[in-house]
Amino acid sequence: MTAAAEQASAWLRNFTEQRPSAPWARELKAAAFARFGETGFPTTHEEDWRFTNVAPIARTVFSAAAPAEADAAVLAPFAEGVRLVFVNGLFASAASEVPPGVFAGNLTEEAAAYLGRQAGLDAPFSALNTAFLADAAFVRINRGVVVEQPIHLVFLTTANGVAGPQAAHPRTLIVAGPDSQSTIVESYIGAGSYFTNAVTEIAAGPGAVVDHYKVQMESLESFHVGSVYAGLGRSANFTSTSISIGAALARNDVTVTLAEGSEAGLNGLYLANGSQHVDNHTTIDHAKPHGTSRELYKGVLDGKATAVFNGRILVRKDAQKTDSKQTNKNLVLSDDAVINTKPELQIFADDVRCTHGATIGQLDAEALFYLQSRGIGKRQARSLLTYAFAQDVADRVRPKPLRDWLERILIEKFHERPY
Amino acid sequence: MALLEIRDLHAQVGGRELLKGIDLTVNAGEVHAIMGPNGSGKSTLAQVLAGRELYAVTGGQVTYQGKDLLALSPEDRAREGIFLAFQYPIEIPGISNQYFLKAALNTVRKHRGLPEFDAMDFLDYIREKVDLMKMETALLNRPVNTGFSGGEKKRNEIFQMAVLEPTLAILDETDSGLDIDALKLVASGVNLLRGPQRSMIVVTHYQRLLDYIVPDYVHVLAEGRIVKSGGKELALELEKSGYAAFGIDEVEEAVGKA
Ligand SMILES: Nc1ncnc2c1ncn2[C@@H]1O[C@H](COP(=O)(O)OP(=O)(O)OP(=O)(O)O)[C@@H](O)[C@H]1O
Ligand SMILES: [Mg+2]
Repeated sequence: MTAAAEQASAWLRNFTEQRPSAPWARELKAAAFARFGETGFPTTHEEDWRFTNVAPIARTVFSAAAPAEADAAVLAPFAEGVRLVFVNGLFASAASEVPPGVFAGNLTEEAAAYLGRQAGLDAPFSALNTAFLADAAFVRINRGVVVEQPIHLVFLTTANGVAGPQAAHPRTLIVAGPDSQSTIVESYIGAGSYFTNAVTEIAAGPGAVVDHYKVQMESLESFHVGSVYAGLGRSANFTSTSISIGAALARNDVTVTLAEGSEAGLNGLYLANGSQHVDNHTTIDHAKPHGTSRELYKGVLDGKATAVFNGRILVRKDAQKTDSKQTNKNLVLSDDAVINTKPELQIFADDVRCTHGATIGQLDAEALFYLQSRGIGKRQARSLLTYAFAQDVADRVRPKPLRDWLERILIEKFHERPY
Repeated sequence: MALLEIRDLHAQVGGRELLKGIDLTVNAGEVHAIMGPNGSGKSTLAQVLAGRELYAVTGGQVTYQGKDLLALSPEDRAREGIFLAFQYPIEIPGISNQYFLKAALNTVRKHRGLPEFDAMDFLDYIREKVDLMKMETALLNRPVNTGFSGGEKKRNEIFQMAVLEPTLAILDETDSGLDIDALKLVASGVNLLRGPQRSMIVVTHYQRLLDYIVPDYVHVLAEGRIVKSGGKELALELEKSGYAAFGIDEVEEAVGKA
């Protein structure tokens, strides 16, 4: 058997050996697997994957994720508030009481009406995720309900005795009712060598406010591919913050579709060192008039890290009075790190305001000298300035525990805290 | 022994010689004013003394407290007591003024074998200097110089100087852009630091500052050389008759700078 055939048969085996799925999910999963069979893993010949070679994922034979216990110590930082824990993609625990008007738990049949609506099956990794749909985080906020505390979804991947790398396919579905307000935090963590293939779908009803965070802190030996798809209703307000720190290879997609008068804020921070590769692809689809989008992605690259930022903004013919602003800033700390940044503006309406800008820079020599001239050592000065660069994205994190936690992570990463 | 001894100092940037043989001796407790037309090399000299790598030193020596100053990193010069108040203080978004200053003070204290300050000690220590420089708390909490007015930036430089208590302070046009009240504040901050062990090099275009900070010596720098030195009266003469009276061509250098 050729290597490719062996891998294909491994995926097929994993697919057929899944535990039986709920009847309502069977058709969707079969269609998804068939779709994945047609496309296979993307190659660098495809525009969307030009700078991210997933061959290391494609050529690895992964075993199906097995249930495992979550180590309490690993989960400790996520203890506050409503929390759902998934281990290897499988539902493990719900830690606390859910406020009235909110459902937060494992997938139920009720979700069938929403599942796959945002994600579709065209993206190979999303199709693969759907083919392996089993448990999933399902959060529903009823009309008008305001949830004060963040709802935390923790996705942990751990070998726990299983030999060889596993593939986990975490799935999240968030249905935010009209005029509801909520904050959702997804954290991806793990140990060892594995593949996380995550899909999140968010349906924000008219007037809903959804503040979504994705914190990718996977093991440095892992692969992480994750897509967030959000569909916004009229005047809905959606903020996505994507923090990407872990994984040997990470690909984070955020796709948002706006309706009339809706607002989208996309924030991102990616830190890569050593031989890490991180790719952020965002798509903001202004489908209707009077939509506003603000995007700020910042990256810090060191060592031989490589990074990609591709920010697609689509303004459809109907979407007059669109107001869109995209910014991508990169701080490159070493000579060997590489960033590919590309705005992709496709504008079919004529009465719009769209701006974009990308920068790639080193630490400012003058600022460095200023700090040194006050007695601060060069190393400390560099880490201070690096932290300072990332600071404004960290500042936008609204839940205080998460912001504090992120600051701690940044301090560990950069050794210094300038506040 | 002189505190600072500069001998035949040459420096260049991109192949262009900016300092063409500077000689200057500063003894403990002295205040030296350096004047000179735009583009004559005053800031270059100040930055070279503080260790800015941008400027390549191509000749000469600088001895500070008996040590080879040019061999020290910028941070070690600061720790050894050299302070440069920048002509154009840098804005550093994302680092609070207060954090920055505490980090600076602690590295300097550590170098001097003193215990580091925690947040409380630090606030106690700076209180008097905050009052002296009339620094509003808001300025302390804001990112370093970011969005500060020109005058606030200059005041912040002198505030930093007051906190770090240097042995040799180099003030590069700290008076430019200050209103008269701010000028008095800056001067009192400087004068507070004056003492038999402390020395200053004050770069300025105006006699006005020297009314408050009375120098022991005045030097005129032109085209990378000190072309005239004298007592405090020299500044007054310059003010009255301009550099042209000394045969120094101002226009060409000013154009060269633009
Ligand atoms: N980084 C640099 N690259 C090229 N030329 C420089 C650089 N820094 C300074 N110069 C040039 O060196 C000369 C001296 O500059 P310097 O800033 O030392 O003048 P100055 O005496 O401080 O002037 P001013 O009174 O305007 O502050 C000027 O002609 C200036 O343009
Ligand atoms: Mg100058």
